Amino acid sequence: MNIVVCVKQVPDTATERKLRSDDKTLDRDAADGVVNELDEYAVEEALRLKEAHGGEVTVLSMGPAKTTETIRKALAMGADKAVHLHDDALYGSDALGTSYALSQALKKIGYDLVILGSESTDARTGMLPAMLAERLGTPQLTLASKVEVDGSSIKVERITDYGYDKVEASLPAVVSVVEKINEPRYPSFKGIMAAKKKPVETLGVADAEIAADQVGLANSWSEVVEFAVAPPRAAGTVVKDEGDGGAKAAEFLASKKFV
Amino acid sequence: MSEILVLVDHVDGDVKKVTLELLTLAGSLGTPAAVWAGSGYSDAAKAKLAEYGAEKIYVAAADEIGDYVSAPKAEVLAHLVAERSPAAVFLAATGEGKEIAGRLAIKTDSGVISDAVGVGEGFVAEQSIFGGGVNVRSRVTKGTPIITVRPNSTAPVAAPAAGAEEKVEVALSDAARAARIVERVVQEKGARPELTEAAIVVSGGRGVGSGENFAIIEKLADALGAAVGASRAATDAGWYPHQFQVGQTGKTVSPQLYIAAGISGAIQHRAGMQTSKTIVVINKDAEAPLFEIADFGVVGDLFQVVPQLTEEIEKRK
Ligand SMILES: Cc1cc2nc3c(=O)[nH]c(=O)nc-3n(C[C@H](O)[C@H](O)[C@H](O)COP(=O)(O)OP(=O)(O)OC[C@H]3O[C@@H](n4cnc5c(N)ncnc54)[C@H](O)[C@@H]3O)c2cc1C
Ligand SMILES: Cc1cc2nc3c(=O)[nH]c(=O)nc-3n(C[C@H](O)[C@H](O)[C@H](O)COP(=O)(O)OP(=O)(O)OC[C@H]3O[C@@H](n4cnc5c(N)ncnc54)[C@H](O)[C@@H]3O)c2cc1C
Repeated sequence: MNIVVCVKQVPDTATERKLRSDDKTLDRDAADGVVNELDEYAVEEALRLKEAHGGEVTVLSMGPAKTTETIRKALAMGADKAVHLHDDALYGSDALGTSYALSQALKKIGYDLVILGSESTDARTGMLPAMLAERLGTPQLTLASKVEVDGSSIKVERITDYGYDKVEASLPAVVSVVEKINEPRYPSFKGIMAAKKKPVETLGVADAEIAADQVGLANSWSEVVEFAVAPPRAAGTVVKDEGDGGAKAAEFLASKKFV
Repeated sequence: MSEILVLVDHVDGDVKKVTLELLTLAGSLGTPAAVWAGSGYSDAAKAKLAEYGAEKIYVAAADEIGDYVSAPKAEVLAHLVAERSPAAVFLAATGEGKEIAGRLAIKTDSGVISDAVGVGEGFVAEQSIFGGGVNVRSRVTKGTPIITVRPNSTAPVAAPAAGAEEKVEVALSDAARAARIVERVVQEKGARPELTEAAIVVSGGRGVGSGENFAIIEKLADALGAAVGASRAATDAGWYPHQFQVGQTGKTVSPQLYIAAGISGAIQHRAGMQTSKTIVVINKDAEAPLFEIADFGVVGDLFQVVPQLTEEIEKRK
């Protein structure tokens, strides 16, 4: 089975994240780049499926030069090879442009199964998995907490507000995973050493047959008009419990008409 | 005024509160038209949508719409966008709502804004990003603005309108029938309001100590008619089901009141609750970072403070 895992590099949530004042895009230099956490679960699931069914796991990541650190991490976990979609023309793409670029790269790479995280920690739109399914014309098996492949058929449990749905489809398919699905492995020392030798192919827009007028900041379907750092919340009242802390909290709630 | 399509979010035939919020928001910018996709449509649903401002209700009632993941609803909306040229399309910023919005954007070659907390003149959307640290105003520049709006962003206001029904027949494509839902498993039903829609949320963290102890969090929630939430420390420990996790990799909530007991306030937790209107924190450690964003805080043992608070609320009822 040919599995492609989409992995995004995101700014570390533990550091202060910013937008750039010049073009209002994410300031990728302001914070350390890390693997989007849910994408580690996506890599883990791909490795488990490969271990059970055989095949190959390819990492696909679109982003600037430093994205290679993130790609190496996924390779160190055990993926076989990687494709780095990297071109200045892609800079500033919105969800439409990104989904288009990734879908073109996927057509080039070939796949039986595409696995993504269900949401990034920076933009958090959660739309890319469905958008890839739409663009590729493949079934959408998103928000999966369990994945089972049997020959050419695939079943997932899709989490919902009331529990989960059992969903079935045939391969090829697009899957997105939630963190409940597994426990990602840590790269071993051997894995880290091996990752240095694994092939990473860099694709530009021309290589992936991406129309340059459909990607990038200037061609986006949406724009940031303006932004501002949110004003800090006004300092509140903090009391020490002297045996009446619950009663004082109740008074506060009553003053705000919650009770 | 031109039409704004609002996709109705419904479960078992009941219209969710977020839909009424979207109708109210649409009413401030144009003429709201509700779009019902799937089974379960009834006179009661119609009355509710009309009461909150739906001049029109497009009804695509085919059962099979609900049999597949997200794609059929996107096809219903794409059909209406082509036929009616609405000024905009609003959807709830839920997992499914965002998926439908993304697919619709591609089908109609339109831009999409995700997780708006407000929409103003010219369909300029407000987004609260990086865990509430930055406020952004953004807009769609190509096609029909497609905007997903977070629950609890607008207060629903009754504004009775005609609710004129129009049937919509859409022949689903094969691609829309590719991911079939073979069974719906209902795990947690309960009488409590849904986490993302609730006006009040009471959350417990590692300080709660065990699954059994969550009963004291639930009692406070029930006294307030609130939903129960949990930090990741609590869901990872198996004390509370994962679907109740609040935070960066859980649900984003924006209630009128958020009460946190035994939660330290890690940035990843704050990302899911920082836009709550009023925040109350109960923690025995005066240095817990969540106190920094509290409107009211009690430094104390939650096993003393929470039951007393519950009792006081019951007394005042
Ligand atoms: C704060 C902020 C808000 C934004 N809001 C919008 C908006 O409202 N509308 C809009 O059109 N664009 C928006 N963008 C742009 C958006 O970030 C990009 O289009 C982005 O590439 C895709 O969105 P996402 O990260 O939200 O993906 P999500 O759908 O949240 O990510 C899901 C999965 O997709 C995969 N993935 C995502 N990006 C990549 C990548 N570059 N390479 C490989 N795999 C990837 C990963 O597996 C990830 O787990 C916003 C950007 C920021 C920084
Ligand atoms: C990528 C990533 C994503 C994450 N996503 C999320 C997420 O979605 N949601 C989330 O919540 N976390 C998330 N986390 C985890 C987050 O970093 C914290 O570890 C987590 O929020 C801690 O939960 P907590 O506050 O309950 O526990 P702790 O940080 O251990 O805090 C427990 C608090 O309880 C107090 N306490 C203990 N006993 C009592 C008592 N008897 N009375 C009163 N107070 C008491 C303590 O003083 C302490 O402040 C994420 C982490 C990462 C790296």
